[in-house]
Amino acid sequence: MLTFVALASVLLLGIVPEQTEAISIYTGWERHALLGSDVRLSCSFFSWRGTSDDVTFSWTYRPDGSRDSISIFHYTSGQAYVDNKGPFRDRVEFVGNPGKRDGSILIKNLDYNDNGTFTCDAKNPPDIVGRPSSVRLLVFETVPIQAGVITGAIIGVVLGLLVLIVVIYYLMRFLVARRVFSLSVRSVSAGGFCCQGLEERPEPIPGTDTCVAKRA
Amino acid sequence: MLLILLGVLVMHLIILILLIVSTAASTWSVGGDRTTDLWYTCTNSNGGYHCKPAISEDWLQAVQALMILSLLFCFFSLIAFLFQLFKLVKGGRFFFTAIFQILASVFVMCAAIIYTVMSPDDGSVKFGYAYVLAWVSFPLTLISGLIYIVLRKKE
Repeated sequence: MLTFVALASVLLLGIVPEQTEAISIYTGWERHALLGSDVRLSCSFFSWRGTSDDVTFSWTYRPDGSRDSISIFHYTSGQAYVDNKGPFRDRVEFVGNPGKRDGSILIKNLDYNDNGTFTCDAKNPPDIVGRPSSVRLLVFETVPIQAGVITGAIIGVVLGLLVLIVVIYYLMRFLVARRVFSLSVRSVSAGGFCCQGLEERPEPIPGTDTCVAKRA
Repeated sequence: MLLILLGVLVMHLIILILLIVSTAASTWSVGGDRTTDLWYTCTNSNGGYHCKPAISEDWLQAVQALMILSLLFCFFSLIAFLFQLFKLVKGGRFFFTAIFQILASVFVMCAAIIYTVMSPDDGSVKFGYAYVLAWVSFPLTLISGLIYIVLRKKE
């Protein structure tokens, strides 16, 4: 009995969640960009600890088809260090905000040789255990189908909903008018008589002769 | 009564023009000699004045869509106002006009908020006049929509 209680307590203590989850790093999955344009690679992290002053961000780049990766950006101790020797010389700019857990970089004037995988690794001492996250960059010559897909989708959905609502409204009005047709009694001159079931209607349907509208 | 209608119509037209300018002008952020968003990033460097398409981030596309939607809804509201002006029963309220106008104001608010929160934090980059116009047109559209709710067609 005692051993059972001991085992149960050990098990319960083990199940109680402690805040020991690792740091989670988020980048995009893929980025499409035009030849010659700029692209912003975003990287943010979530950590159970507050953002310390020693937060570090590092970006590494691995070209398509290669197995080596080189480091192109490092942020530490409040200073950003950009690539000044490699393929991204003078083309990397730090546009993140470490205080807001954002370690994004801007890569300017893209070329076909920039196709590859960019990996962001963020550390927030003492929370340093985490899995770096990668984003794939694809450089296109013409406007890819991706640019504007979201814009078009939002506009299309909202306009479609609008059309649907208008159609439903007129349908309801048509149906109600047909059903009410036999009930509508225009006896406002009698002063006070009104159809049953129509008094609760909050607002008159414009155009139809409901009792509420007549009284108003 | 005619004066009120004229005033309301003029206000609606002003709002429509503000929305058009805010959506079309690519000056939501200005910094140094560079103006950017919503559609183009233009620089006035020593090589001349050239523009390239703005970054195709998800949030920027959402802002673009919301601004276009608010413009469309403001336009629909104007059409509905003119339509209801002649077709409405006496004593009726301009409900369609009000609904479209209020939806337009909600969309502009969402666009402005998304842009404010998501625009990259850079020391030298300030907000441009198109951004200010978007924020200005939000309360104007809301007030205009509320006026349409209160307005009644004359007996």
